[in-house]
Amino acid sequence: MVGTKGKKTLVTSFVCLALLLVLVIILENTLKPTNMLFTVLKKGAVYALVVVSMNVLNGFTGLFSLGQSGFMLLGAYTYAIFTIPVADRENIYYLYNGAALNFSFPDMFASIFGEGYAATFFGVILALIAAGIVAAFVAFLIGLPVLRLKSDYLAIATLGFGEIIRAIFQWNALGKVTNGANALKSFPTFSDFNITNADGEVILRLSTFFPFLIAGACIVVICMLINSSYGRAFKAIRENEIAAEAMGINLAHHKRLSFMISSFFAGVGGALFAMFATQAQAKTFTSSMTYEILLIMVIGGIGSISGSCIGTFLYVACSEWWLRFLDSQVVFTSVGAPSRVIFLAVFAIVVVGGAVLLIRHEMKTKKRKWAMALLAAVAAALMVWWIMFVATGNLILPLAKNGFRMVVFSIVIMIIVLFFRRGIMGDKELTDVAIALSRKMKAKKAAKTGEVAK
Amino acid sequence: MKKFIAIMLVVCMALTLCACGSSSSSTTTTTDSSASTSDTSSAAADTSADNGSDDSAAATGDNVIRIGIYEAMTGDNGAGGKQEILGYDYANYLTPTVTVGGVEYTIEMVYADNGSTVDKAPSAAAEIVSQDVAVVLGSYGSSVCIAGGPTIGDAGVAAIAATSTNPQVTLGNDYYYRICFLDPFQGTVLANYAASELGATSVYCLGELGNEYDTGLISYFVQAFEELGGTVISDTFPTNTSDFSTYINKAITNDCDLIFCPVSVTYSTQILNMAGSMGADMIVLGGDTLDNNSVLASAVEGNVDLRITTFYQEGADEEFDEGFRAWLNEDSTRITNNGGNDIISATSVMGFDAYNTAIAAIQYADSVDPADIKAALADPDFSYTGVTGEIIFDENGDAQRDSAFVKMADAESGSWVLGAIQTVG
Amino acid sequence: MQYIVSLFISGISLGGQYALIAIGYTMVYGILRLINFAHGDVFMVAGLIMIYMSTVLPLPVTMVLVLILTAVLGFLIERVAYAPLRQYPRMSSMISAIGVSYLLQNAATYITGGLPQMYPSLPFLSNTVTIFGTSTKYVTIVTPILVIILVVALTQLINHTKIGMAMRAVSKDFETSQLMGIKINSVISMTFVIGSFLAAIGSMLYFTNYSSIVPLSGAMPGLKAFVAAVFGGIGSVPGAVIGAFIIGIVESLVKGSDFSVFSDAFTFALLIVILVVKPTGLFGEKTTDKV
Repeated sequence: MVGTKGKKTLVTSFVCLALLLVLVIILENTLKPTNMLFTVLKKGAVYALVVVSMNVLNGFTGLFSLGQSGFMLLGAYTYAIFTIPVADRENIYYLYNGAALNFSFPDMFASIFGEGYAATFFGVILALIAAGIVAAFVAFLIGLPVLRLKSDYLAIATLGFGEIIRAIFQWNALGKVTNGANALKSFPTFSDFNITNADGEVILRLSTFFPFLIAGACIVVICMLINSSYGRAFKAIRENEIAAEAMGINLAHHKRLSFMISSFFAGVGGALFAMFATQAQAKTFTSSMTYEILLIMVIGGIGSISGSCIGTFLYVACSEWWLRFLDSQVVFTSVGAPSRVIFLAVFAIVVVGGAVLLIRHEMKTKKRKWAMALLAAVAAALMVWWIMFVATGNLILPLAKNGFRMVVFSIVIMIIVLFFRRGIMGDKELTDVAIALSRKMKAKKAAKTGEVAK
Repeated sequence: MKKFIAIMLVVCMALTLCACGSSSSSTTTTTDSSASTSDTSSAAADTSADNGSDDSAAATGDNVIRIGIYEAMTGDNGAGGKQEILGYDYANYLTPTVTVGGVEYTIEMVYADNGSTVDKAPSAAAEIVSQDVAVVLGSYGSSVCIAGGPTIGDAGVAAIAATSTNPQVTLGNDYYYRICFLDPFQGTVLANYAASELGATSVYCLGELGNEYDTGLISYFVQAFEELGGTVISDTFPTNTSDFSTYINKAITNDCDLIFCPVSVTYSTQILNMAGSMGADMIVLGGDTLDNNSVLASAVEGNVDLRITTFYQEGADEEFDEGFRAWLNEDSTRITNNGGNDIISATSVMGFDAYNTAIAAIQYADSVDPADIKAALADPDFSYTGVTGEIIFDENGDAQRDSAFVKMADAESGSWVLGAIQTVG
Repeated sequence: MQYIVSLFISGISLGGQYALIAIGYTMVYGILRLINFAHGDVFMVAGLIMIYMSTVLPLPVTMVLVLILTAVLGFLIERVAYAPLRQYPRMSSMISAIGVSYLLQNAATYITGGLPQMYPSLPFLSNTVTIFGTSTKYVTIVTPILVIILVVALTQLINHTKIGMAMRAVSKDFETSQLMGIKINSVISMTFVIGSFLAAIGSMLYFTNYSSIVPLSGAMPGLKAFVAAVFGGIGSVPGAVIGAFIIGIVESLVKGSDFSVFSDAFTFALLIVILVVKPTGLFGEKTTDKV
């Protein structure tokens, strides 16, 4: 019974994914390629994979790890080292008089199939897998000592591991391999997947499709893992380690497995990130990157794969695109401009509505007079400012200047963390929601027709 | 239910913010370097409206041509980036329009901040090219040019860097041009100057870890200096370091004659402060990034003998100097962005020349199509003579420059004094 | 020899500054079992407050105000971001701490315009002095002395006052002490106030030495101070201080060697080794997990 239902959801998910991929191709070949949408989609796909990989560990196994950026770094460097064309190496490793390793997967395939699309494609795929394997192998080594630690000690140890990895890759002594602290570049990136004709003109754009394809495939694999017996063991560990052990789950083995799976996909994600950024450099993979990924995971919902994906795209779209205008001075065209009116209306609604909600909440729970008075005072002050703004016919959107976007953004994140702790999806999946909805509809229908619902 | 209302409120707020962005007009204020960019959402709307048409140039709208300013406005290189923007803005103030095919186009500046970091660079570059710019100017700092370059190139837009001296900026990127000299040249000039003029035999080199500019310039310097028979100790510090005492101690202990630190403004001011307070009795040598007023102030305050190579010395073109200084003094934010006074940095001058080179290229191409402008820049016959001299691009896209100014910080007058004009034969 | 001495001197002063931050971490962790990731950023904000206030107010007034405002900031952060999440799993508060840290950094970028700010030079502390042939600022000598005085005062407070006793009780057993009538909220607030107050003093000493502040200035010192707290045995104030001095000196020595690339990484390597070999740190008490 469960099996067939699981299969049904799986099939539906596959169909949805296929539709999504087709949609991406269509969009990409109709809209203008410089549209910001594609940057968002590319970065979103890359981040979605990384966030989901973090969710495997944090959300499904309950191991709070902050080493994601370290594994991404491993993946990015592995990918770069295996794909930079041999001809370009002299130039890139100019500080170290050439590279130690003069070999690359695309070149290897080119010698088999001849230069062209196939060589790049297979070379990149092989390098991506290598990136994952290296990250997973290092995770295995790190996991031996680190996974014995509990909750926040594990977090801080993995965070430290990320810093150590970064320092190692910046070390001059390894310069012939890692190019010291300088960037690796010139490897195949997303735009190399656009199909071109002999004149170099693009016939079919696949530069956004490619990250979607890879990230989609990886996420499907992760889903299948989560729904397998391993996944159930992970969840058991999350719920209660001691009980899980009593049930016969080998804790050390499963924790290590989860850590390696998570790192494998983080490594692939790191390689994709290098493709997105068109270069790999150790200093981009800082702990703040891990924090960013963690916050996205929280927004999406810890323990929900679809939540992670939705959260990522929302986050990336907001931070890179929709909220960017806040970083510069915004001037309304006239006093009666629709945007100004909407801004004023929404500002008033948010201030008054928010204050009323919060005060009511306070009345019901703690009844602290000073807190209510403070809330009322803040709201009143904001409304006084609002009246002034309306009365003087001010045209400049207040506060907007460089950096405001990120302030607004972090406030929104704090609101989510504090008031919507479960994120967008909680630990539910989209399929769960869909099933629940269809059940509700069925029940309604059944009630209407007077039949007895089964 | 309450939760639902709250969510709706948040969604509402988000939507309006977007709405504000998409329908409000965009103006190019000249008061602040973080001036208004034209909004992305409306640009997106434009693009979806005229999708399919290949003519992506700024032909939309009422004869407006857009120039993208891809700059470091925040972060370590923020101070330098802001000075470069002052140069663009002043040039835009003098030349607000360009005539193409007999039609006058107003030039609109579109700004994006790359935050001086390579991880923000690709999306900042993507934001610029998504707004249908004809040509891109910037950025200050070679690392971000290298990181953002492929994105700009993929969009088929040419970029002109004003002060990015690392060879990797233009190497392997057909679309990147630059109007300044290169680090192999600058490194050799500095090494010659250190060995012959300053008589140094041992040098302590300090750079930021993973910064293409620092490590590149240091390696060229070391190469040239060692050929001249000197000895070198090289060191790097991690990003966001603020404790430089150990590094300076190392230089003192090793009896070095010179500290060579071609690092960003943030770090060089700290190094100079620290060297001053530790009483390090040695000359500090730097590259073009140190040509900044706050660096100068630190050197003067700590009484450190600072020498740098740069692109321009105040006084070389009186007319430009006067005009620019008057323009700076018109507005207090410009003065703030210039580092608190009206000393003219070579960075601004290079920004000014970069803008005018772009205008010259647009006129040479007689087109507003990015591809034509790129072709004009690639044309070996194209040249432009700016404040800092003649600019002719070679096949890599580098301007052929053969001289650099060596400036010294003068403690008495609190300004730069011309040391020498160095050339390499 | 002189070089080694100078490395030790800068290491000791760095260690002293880490110590002042580490106390905040160790006290909060001792009571709430929360890694307060925002603590390093509070340290940075204290520096920024100093810069902005010193332009309008005389220095002595500013210094007092900085201490007060930073303590208030610590108090507010706890009330707004941690208190509502106390009943939920520990991970929630930790995520909230990361969120606060993100917010403080972004707000600092917004206010400073992303440009580094120069710290005002404090009288006396900024003057140079020559010891053992190396010239340095007075702050280098003042730091360890001040740290020792503050730590002694703090241990007196913890061991011999009512609020100190309450703190110890709460860190031993959160729920039982609540049942015994200890006002848990005020104890926790007091912890944050003390931690932030010390971080403010630390920021004055630190930024007098390394005068420029960027939004990320607090992140690394914060993490290192946390490592110091773990190293010394989390929850133990003397442990944190000794751990901080050790880490400061080791960092300075590594920076002075040929492996300066590893100056940050070394601290974390030390952390992992300590966690694996002796998770309770040098002076930490052994706790057992209850089912």
